[in-house]
Amino acid sequence: MSAVYTWIETFNGQAVPSSWEALGAGRTLADSMKIPLVALVFGKNANAVAATAATYGADSAIVSEDATLDGFRLEPFAALLTQLVNENKPKVVIAVGTSRARELLAASAADTDSSLLTEVTELELQSDGAIKVSRPVYAGKIVSQAVGSADGTQYLTLRGRAFKPNAVKSDAKADIKTVAPTLAENDIATKIESFEEAVGSVNLADAAIIVSGGRGMANNPKDAPAGVADATVWKAQDGFENTLKPLANVLGAAVGASRAAVDAGYIPYAHQVGQTGKTVSPDLYIASGISGAIQHQAGMRTSKVIVAINKDAESPIFKMARYGIVGDLYKIIPALTAEFKKRLGK
Amino acid sequence: MHVIVMTRSTPDTAAKVEVGKDGNVTWGDAATVVNPWDEYALEEAILQAKNADGKATVIAVGPEMNNDALKHSLAMGLNEAVRVWDAALENADSLAYATAAAGAIKKLGDVDLVILGKESIDVGTDQHNYQIARKLGWPMLSYVSKILAVDYAAKTIKVERLLEEGKQIVTSKLPAVISVMKDINEPRYPSFIGIRKAAKAAIPEWSLADLGVTLPGTKSKVLAFSNPPAREVKVEMIDGTPEEQAAKLVDRLLEDKVL
Repeated sequence: MSAVYTWIETFNGQAVPSSWEALGAGRTLADSMKIPLVALVFGKNANAVAATAATYGADSAIVSEDATLDGFRLEPFAALLTQLVNENKPKVVIAVGTSRARELLAASAADTDSSLLTEVTELELQSDGAIKVSRPVYAGKIVSQAVGSADGTQYLTLRGRAFKPNAVKSDAKADIKTVAPTLAENDIATKIESFEEAVGSVNLADAAIIVSGGRGMANNPKDAPAGVADATVWKAQDGFENTLKPLANVLGAAVGASRAAVDAGYIPYAHQVGQTGKTVSPDLYIASGISGAIQHQAGMRTSKVIVAINKDAESPIFKMARYGIVGDLYKIIPALTAEFKKRLGK
Repeated sequence: MHVIVMTRSTPDTAAKVEVGKDGNVTWGDAATVVNPWDEYALEEAILQAKNADGKATVIAVGPEMNNDALKHSLAMGLNEAVRVWDAALENADSLAYATAAAGAIKKLGDVDLVILGKESIDVGTDQHNYQIARKLGWPMLSYVSKILAVDYAAKTIKVERLLEEGKQIVTSKLPAVISVMKDINEPRYPSFIGIRKAAKAAIPEWSLADLGVTLPGTKSKVLAFSNPPAREVKVEMIDGTPEEQAAKLVDRLLEDKVL
């Protein structure tokens, strides 16, 4: 029977919450096509995750729990997805375009010579069964309307936060079918040696709120301790840690940075937003001490509300901001942290 | 040892890119640049070839404007450049692109490693990277932030990958395809002599027939391009003491239901 397949991503045996957005978009497609919505869950704890997927709208689930699927590796995951597509010929394979999902769906679409449309922000089922989508190209300067091929399986990855999850039905149950992995460990060329988890950080890609710092973080009024190699770098690092992070913590926000701040060694590259960094679209983006170079805009221009805090009233960031404050971020951010604490009752 | 790197010409980030009267994307007279992510891939290919006393070849799949990216690559120090183009690749999707790219890599023969930039800023995706690996049938290591060890004789590689949740160390057999992140290296600027040499280089153009490749057929099609709706933002400047500014801003954000 034909179906809409939704890949539910897991990490350490837990569902990645943005996966539920794919079940939201998948439900609409499945209903329009009058076919079931099937959750695919591979790896540790897949059965429990599949049960949760039912509460988010999946009619049934296909799971595979095997040591070869503990921790995402492209080869075993893609081989299994491709086998399921070849055997069952689903109409659609859909996932939220996290880094792993983009990789997995692209690989399987190549294996099966199928259409693939990524970073989808809107979708519409046409009468011929082909899915028409909108997706940003040229760093969001242009919108591309594209269509998949109804003649075969259509693979789609959604831009995070572009689609809403279904309302949870806590008593919903799904039929769970278990399948064996396609590849044995000996057939897999890649081996995970170790993993060092970044401590206490919120994932930028799916953050609802991001607090970002730029070159202005160097204007920390604190004195650097005697003997540090570079007083400016120390001040900026201290500012990220002791001024920006407390605000992020109150808001449950992720910490971002401009390329200038990363290149100057103020904060690791993993935090960079913009071209050659991450593309984000949170509900709220607070840019502090960021001038708003075009390369930075490329990564955050689709944020819903942008707040700019900068000492230079002429900074380009104010042209894209909803709210602007001209002033010393080292006075404003602590005041803002205190205010949020008070108002949000934390 | 032979390392391959893929590149392409993209409009400069600062260029005004818009939909022209004919419905196509245009950036006027603005120059193109090497896809910004590819600079790290090109640099890494040069370093790998140098370390192993091998050869680094750069490939672009696309029309003639991609020669600019290839000449920039040669000027940086890549040994050879090839461009793949064919009328059948006009308006090609990622699947066709990847099939052609994999065909070119196979035609080059004994390839040990393919290095790719993390994504392409023009098409706004990285999907072609993984599809090249699958069309080659080689393992893919994405988001590589460091090559920790590589042994071209034993055909093994060990890398650090930068993931959303942290850093992962992975080993793989070679040949393999890797995509690299920004902090893997500091791309060099082309030297003056390099630029002069590259300007004179003749870049061979291979057709699909030269590669012996048949495309799987274009599965996805672009219907139209449009300019995104103008961002209706009028900035509201908030004045007062820092405490007043903070209170007003939080008021606004709560009114807007952002929080």
